[in-house]
Parts: sequence; structure tokens; C-alpha cells
Amino acid sequence: MTLGERERAEPYRWQRFTLAERLGRFLIYLVSAAIVFWALRTLDVFWPWVWSAPTEIADLFGRMTPPDLRRGDEILRAMLETIHIATLATFLSLFIALPTAYIAAQNTTPNGVTLWIGRFILVATRSVNTIIWALLFVAIFGPGVMAGILAIAFRSIGFTAKLMAEAIEEIDRKPVEAVVAAGGDKGKIVLYGIVPQVLPTFLAVTILRWDINIRESTVLGLVGAGGIGMILQGAIDTFQWQTAATILIAILIVVILGEVVSSALRKRVI
Amino acid sequence: MLRITDLTKRYGTGELVLKGLTLEIGGAGLTAIIGSSGAGKSTLLRCINRLVEPTSGSIVVDGVDVTGLRGRRLRHARRSIGMIFQGFNLIDRLSVMENVLSGRLGYVGFAQALTRRYPQADIDRAFTLLERVGLQDFVNTRADTLSGGQRQRVGVVRALMQDPKILLADEPTASLDPKTSQQIMSLTRELSEELSLPVLVNIHNVHQAKEFADRVVGLRYGTIIFDGAGSDLDDAALDRIYEGTAGRGDEHGDETVGADARGGTVASP
Ligand SMILES: Nc1ncnc2c1ncn2[C@@H]1O[C@H](COP(=O)(O)OP(=O)(O)O)[C@@H](O)[C@H]1O
Ligand SMILES: [Mg+2]
Repeated sequence: MTLGERERAEPYRWQRFTLAERLGRFLIYLVSAAIVFWALRTLDVFWPWVWSAPTEIADLFGRMTPPDLRRGDEILRAMLETIHIATLATFLSLFIALPTAYIAAQNTTPNGVTLWIGRFILVATRSVNTIIWALLFVAIFGPGVMAGILAIAFRSIGFTAKLMAEAIEEIDRKPVEAVVAAGGDKGKIVLYGIVPQVLPTFLAVTILRWDINIRESTVLGLVGAGGIGMILQGAIDTFQWQTAATILIAILIVVILGEVVSSALRKRVI
Repeated sequence: MLRITDLTKRYGTGELVLKGLTLEIGGAGLTAIIGSSGAGKSTLLRCINRLVEPTSGSIVVDGVDVTGLRGRRLRHARRSIGMIFQGFNLIDRLSVMENVLSGRLGYVGFAQALTRRYPQADIDRAFTLLERVGLQDFVNTRADTLSGGQRQRVGVVRALMQDPKILLADEPTASLDPKTSQQIMSLTRELSEELSLPVLVNIHNVHQAKEFADRVVGLRYGTIIFDGAGSDLDDAALDRIYEGTAGRGDEHGDETVGADARGGTVASP
């Protein structure tokens, strides 16, 4: 007898979800819709401005073209400053991120307390936004690049150290074992058993963070912490839309360049 | 050279893996430890250089009881115990020479290790040994680009760099094809003779044990149940060592495909 020949009184029935499951799913949709509705009601959106957005965009675009290149020199210098802030901050963050990664990785941390301290640094630096760090450092050091560098460096520590700590935790134990068997101490284990294995990841993470930091440093100026954002803020405040357009284009170009350079570098180290 | 007395080991709260082993290794010569998977061969070897912490008993290497040592004294004791691993345990991204010199990590300081400025005597020794095993053309080659056999030669040279008093090898050929496996065993045997070095090899392959070892120790469930010359290892002895266990090592090992423990031949000489 082959399949399909047999007569059946009833056709096969199949349903992906039971009745209870379908009811449950319906309830989830209903609750989601209710939350969205509630949020919109509570937030008091001024709808006429939303409906006029297309006109405003067209208007703004008109005021921004053609981009004004007269302040090109100044913009270029601010752009370079932005990149320098990102680069210095990335280097600076490494000095704290490397030891943090070491104590935040379960297989290298000396004890439970250091592990806890390491994890705390990871979370603490990451959970505070760059702009908040910048506000804080502007209050301490006054406006300028110093506050910007520190803000970006602090925000980078958690990100960099977390990825590096994960790389340390994922190493192959075998080379470590060989160093131990040869009579190597902790320092030699790190040098020969760990560093060669994690170095490519460390470089890749650093380059990736540098790329992110370039983008982050473009907004620092909004709170007076240096970089291109300062000029952008000034241009917007004085309704120089054509200059603002030039700055936005400059930011776009630098961000794309950063992306290209960093992905090329990352390919080389991995 | 090596005297193990009443050695026991249990992992955590599990059963005893080693049940009071007593074993003495005299001067030079190759001793093979055979036994099925789980018999405790690796545990025994790793207790000797304290990669595994013995539960009780004593292990005296070159006059020093290593069981109680800690810190610097333990590291110094480890220098005189070379180890060759089944998985080679090389540092993949470093060169052959760096791997070889890492055998000196118990002797050099941190700064020397960091800057790779090893004493000239170490470098001379490294070149001599690399030439001896035929790797003189690979000095600056990255370790992960070598073949399995070449990698294990680097492993052997690294262990010898320690200037060890005894050499331990935990299934050094189990990751290699039959032909390379034979070559590495011959090399180990020759070096043992040339350097008058006692060698303790965990081995997966009864044929190789008989062919290369001066002495064979049979381990079963953490107890030594055979200790004698390779030629004394007859069918009855093999049956006792492997009976009722997971099976004779070389029946299912990937390194001896098709080899039968009793009458068969190793796939290639
Ligand atoms: N790290 C470990 N933790 C717990 N049990 C282990 C560990 N290493 C080995 N064992 C157990 O000890 C026994 C002996 O293992 P092992 O020494 O590796 O034997 P062999 O090398 O002869 O195959 C096995 O039952 C194994 O499961
Ligand atoms: Mg084993």
C-alpha cells in the first residue's frame, strides 16, 4: 500500500497554535497597541508641526543650499580637532581599559573583589552617555578639548574593556598550560599564553572604538567640549544655514572616511 | 630520578581516579604507560608537574618532593620536568623560535621574555636542537603554518630547552597520522638515548609501546596492574589491562585507523 491510497473518513487537521496560544497572542497585540496609544496621548505631541514637517524640510533645504564654503578653513581645522580628540581619547582609554579587562575577565582576575571592581568599571563607564560625561568634565575643566577628550575616553573604557575581557575569557588554555609546565610565572603566562591570542582582537576593538569615537566627538561641541560641534552650534544659533550645511557634509565625509580606514585596518589585523 | 609513592587523586568529590600508585623510574630509558581511556594516564602524568593537584602521596623528582611545593619553588621544580602534549600546545601566532625559547620561561626574567632577548646560550641551544629535529629552515615561520609532525617537533624541542631531568609526554602522537606518529616516537626514543633522559610516555597504541619502550606500565582504573618489559606484554597481560574497559586504546584511536592491537600491523612503519 502506498501513501495517499488509503481512504480516510476525515481529512488531516493541523494547526500551528492551540486556541489558548492564539488568545494569548491576540492579547499581546492588544496590549502593545494600548501602550503605543497611551504614550502618544501622554506625550502631548503638537500635531500641526508634525503635519507641516514636509514643508519645513523643503524650506530648510532651500535655506541650506548652496552650502557656504567661505568658512572652509575654520571648518577643516575644527574637523581635524575632532579627529584628534577621538584619537587621543582612544589611546587614553586604553590605559584604563587594559587593566580593567584583565581584572574583569574571570580567568585572569586575581580574586572575587577585583572581578567585582572590574565589572563595576565596565558598567559604570558605559552606562553614562558621552554627553553627560562631557557636561561633567566641562564643569570641572571648563569648556574646551580637555573635557571632550576625557568624556570620550571615559565612555570608551567600558566598551573596550568589556570586549577585551571577553577575548581573554575565550582564549585557548593549551598554550597557557605549556608556559606553566615550563615553570613560567603569572607575568610570563600573560606575555606568552594570553597576549599573542588576544592581540588581534585588542587591535580590532581599538580601531572599532576609534571609529565610534570620531562620530561621538562631532557632537561634543554642543556642550562646549570642543570639536566641530562648536561651530555647528554657532552656525545654527546665528541662522547661517548654508554654513551649517557645509559642516554637516564635512561630518558625513569624515565619518565615512573613518569607517573606510577602520575597516581596512581591521581586515589587516585579523 | 622519579619516585611516586602511594599517589591518589580524586577530582572534586568524585571517585578515586588514581588509587595509591607507587612507581619508580630510574635513569635514562623510555617508559610507556598504557591503559584504556579514563584509566588515569593523563592524571598521573599531570600530577608529576602539578598541572593536576595530587590528593595524597608523594612524588619525588630528582631528589625534590614536588607535592608540597608552592610559588617560586614549584616553578623551579617544573623547569626540570619537560612536557610534550597531545595537542602540541604551541603558541600559534608566534614563530617557531619564540615557541622554542618559551621553554626557557622558567629561567629568564619578565623583561627578557617581553623583548625576546634570551641569553646567547639559549639561542645556541635552540638552533642546535632545531637542526637536530630538522626544523632549521623554519626558525621564523609562524607555528600555526606548520604540519602536525613539525608542530610536535617544535613541542619536543621546547620541552628539551628546559634542560629537563625527565621528560613527560601525554599521548604525543595521538593527533598525528600513523607515519608521522612513528617518526615522532622514534625521535623521542633517540633523543632520550642521546641526552640520557628518562622519558615517561602515555601511549594509545600497544604496538608503539612494545616497539619503543624499554619498560611498559599497564594502568587500569587507577591501579598499576602490569609493569615489565615490552616483550613480557603478552595477550594475557593485555587482556587484563583492557578487559571490560572501554576497549583497547588503539582499536578506536584516530591515529591508528585499522590497526588491531594483537596481530595487526600499524598502518605504516
Ligand atoms: N579535570 C577533571 N575533572 C574531573 N574529572 C576528570 C578530570 N580529568 C580527568 N577526569 C576523570 O578522571 C579519569 C581519568 O582521566 P584521565 O587521567 O584523563 O585518563 P586517561 O588519560 O587514561 O584517558 C576519567 O574518569 C576522567 O573522567
Ligand atoms: Mg589522557
